[in-house]
Amino acid sequence: MIEFSVNKTRANLDVDPSTPLLWVIRDHLGLTGTKYGCGIAQCGACTVHIDGQAVRSCVAPVSRAAGKEVTTIEGLSPDLSHPLQRAWIEEDVPQCGYCQSGQLMSAAVLLREKRQPTDDDIDKAMTGNICRCGTYPRIRKAIHRAAGNFAKRGAR
Amino acid sequence: MSRAIHRREFLKVSIGAGGGLFLGFRLAGTGETLAMQNGSAASFTPNAFVRIGTDERVTVIVNHSEMGQGVYTSLPMLLAEELDADWNNVAFESAPVDPKYNHPVFGMQMTGGSSSVWSGFEQFRQAGAAARAMLIAAAAQQWNVDPSKCRTDSGAVFDPSNRKLTYGQLAAAAAKLTPPAQVPLKDPTTFKLIGKPAKRLDTSEKVNGTAVFGVDVKMPGMMTAVVARAPIFGAKVRAFDDSRARSMSGVHRIVAVPSGVAVIADSFWQAKMARDALHIDWDEGTMSSFNTNQMMQQFREQAKLTGKSVRRDGDADATLAKAAKKLEAVYEVPYLSHAMMEPLNCAVDLRPESCEIWTGTQFQTVDRANAAKTAGLPDEKVQIHTTFLGGGFGRRANPQSDFVVEAVHVAKAAGVPVKVVWTREDDMQGGWYRPAFLHAIAGAIDTNGKAVAWRSRIVGQSIMAGTPFEGMADLKGKGYDPSSVEGADDLPYEIPNLAVESHQMEVRVPVQWWRSVGHSHTAFATECFIDELAAIAHQDPYRFRRDLLQKHPRHLGVLDLAAQKAGWAKPLPKGRARGIAVHASFESFSAQVAEVSVNDGKVQVHRMVCAIDCGRYVNPGIIAAQTEGGAIFGASAALFQELTFENGRLRQSNFHSFPMLRMNECPEIETHIIESREKSGGIGEPGVPCAAPAIANAVFAATGKRIRRLPIRLSEAV
Repeated sequence: MIEFSVNKTRANLDVDPSTPLLWVIRDHLGLTGTKYGCGIAQCGACTVHIDGQAVRSCVAPVSRAAGKEVTTIEGLSPDLSHPLQRAWIEEDVPQCGYCQSGQLMSAAVLLREKRQPTDDDIDKAMTGNICRCGTYPRIRKAIHRAAGNFAKRGAR
Repeated sequence: MSRAIHRREFLKVSIGAGGGLFLGFRLAGTGETLAMQNGSAASFTPNAFVRIGTDERVTVIVNHSEMGQGVYTSLPMLLAEELDADWNNVAFESAPVDPKYNHPVFGMQMTGGSSSVWSGFEQFRQAGAAARAMLIAAAAQQWNVDPSKCRTDSGAVFDPSNRKLTYGQLAAAAAKLTPPAQVPLKDPTTFKLIGKPAKRLDTSEKVNGTAVFGVDVKMPGMMTAVVARAPIFGAKVRAFDDSRARSMSGVHRIVAVPSGVAVIADSFWQAKMARDALHIDWDEGTMSSFNTNQMMQQFREQAKLTGKSVRRDGDADATLAKAAKKLEAVYEVPYLSHAMMEPLNCAVDLRPESCEIWTGTQFQTVDRANAAKTAGLPDEKVQIHTTFLGGGFGRRANPQSDFVVEAVHVAKAAGVPVKVVWTREDDMQGGWYRPAFLHAIAGAIDTNGKAVAWRSRIVGQSIMAGTPFEGMADLKGKGYDPSSVEGADDLPYEIPNLAVESHQMEVRVPVQWWRSVGHSHTAFATECFIDELAAIAHQDPYRFRRDLLQKHPRHLGVLDLAAQKAGWAKPLPKGRARGIAVHASFESFSAQVAEVSVNDGKVQVHRMVCAIDCGRYVNPGIIAAQTEGGAIFGASAALFQELTFENGRLRQSNFHSFPMLRMNECPEIETHIIESREKSGGIGEPGVPCAAPAIANAVFAATGKRIRRLPIRLSEAV
């Protein structure tokens, strides 16, 4: 039995501890917002937070989450109110949308750590997330916009 | 299409919900959408493309697949424009597969060829205008006024005294009326939505994880299958040992299917682990010695011979023979993977009398026919529910419906609903690539520095040969595949002696349309060669192109705009250089200027300035997004991407060996749109072709060396 919390809800699962967290989230917990893209931590589509850190869940065994707090895209906000979600909507970022959960989860850690990230900060934090549609310029703009929102709202 | 026939076909009035088919699909998706369905239970459905609920919601049923290109927004905008709907109340829904949703020009339900907006431009407006006329008629009846005295605005009808009835209030009454025979469309100068920026309708669900892609589909009792496919094209399973795999947890069945061996399990990871534990003895077939290096050598030899004539103006050979200045160059491009972010998948619920399929497809009609044949059912017993597509780029429009047919085979063996999921490696190694091509071009300049001859020999595999589209494109009659030479046979430069020839090569690697199809390689070859001719004529590459494009105002328009916005004549900081390219595709015109630097054997693209003329456009935000995305897609191929085979096996498998641009490598991109009243052209693909030649030409400007093979390797520059 592995116990951890997902989006503030307790999960108690009888699952092979070597199973990647991604597939536990998707197949066992039914949270399909987190995506599979490569399975080898190359694309970032599967990015979630474990205790606030961005993790590529496709290569993280579920055992790594034991006793910890996992946040997925579904837990980023209950109502699209996260500054990044609002900025993504404002800038019309997504095209196909498949990579965007991972993009947002990576960006959320960046924004928490750097309230006013520079372009270099964005490069460093976001380089692990591939977007085949090529939404990078808009992702960059949206992160800057959200940083503005953060400052205005005084949010963390 | 015949508009009269089309209107009779789709203008039918009915009362009630949009139909169980939608409901069935949405049940698999989000609860939110189900509530929405209930909310508009009593609704006005004047035709196949729109449903108006008593709750004021206007649901536009979209017959094209949403794969990022924005059709779930741009097509509803067309309908909402003529309906005078309140844009805040407009929603979308994917159409079921049905002949009434066929592409009006291609005659089947599909998404491709950058054709959704131009093919839907009248179709969706007609549907909106017809609905509006009926709502006006219903209101006029209620008020007992002359309908021609009524007006509409933001989802309501107004009479001359400004009495108001909303579309929701009128839905029930309008549903009882007969659709009008003829509805005039708006004068484009009065458009309120078309041509103006509007936010995409599908963003919210793509930023909170609720958007349902094929891989997210769930059904009660569903299992997941992972298939072991041939490691070499054409290889067949001789025998397999599944003793270890069968004992693994969660595994239900292991079955042979025509494409390999399928493991059916409770979950993806269990299926994948068991799949990897199979021991399969493959009969490797005839491709086991296939090698892309050898193949390209063969292409080079073939290019020395005269090919099938595609176009002949004047006498290129004779002019070349006596030319003052002559240049020959061979350009090569590799096989490429579409590498959509969402690997292929397909969910099937096969019953004795029905087959329900959930997948992200671009090819509903073809998939239904192929699935029906596989299931042994008539076409109408097969329904396809189109989910969001995590990228398409052509891969999900497979002439053989490979990923759908395979899933139906697996479902036959599974006995329960099953979703076949491909790993990234499965997807990349599964074939249907952009074919490798070679262009051998010879050109001549006269003593005045004018280009006087151009002979291009294009060597490569046909995409359409052997598919149902072979006849449509008249491959046998022509002796070449038009999609192999598109963009080269309509070279816009005024060169009096022009010959374009095709060598169609037989290679048993499955190939397919890849975003911008033939243009993805013809633009690279033609736009690099024209740049090379400019250099031997000692002319500026932008001016040289300009002089030869005097009869092509739309080419000139984008070329000038890109050059101007890029500051073509202005000096750059030391170490930076610019390259330019212009190319027409899918009835749109594109020019791009790339700004690069070359350091330590590495090309960095700093900036790309794009100009696009796609005729009358619907949503400028989407035009810019597609142009930017196209440029990045093209730049990724130019800088990094290549598929190679050794002993029949693909050497690449995932994003580490088939990279694409990442955030830190992505140039600054700006897009400038030409205002135009011309017929709408495509936008999903035209941003791709110019990127590679613009970058390659910039590398020449920076280094004095030519790039003649993609991906760009400075060590190969000449």
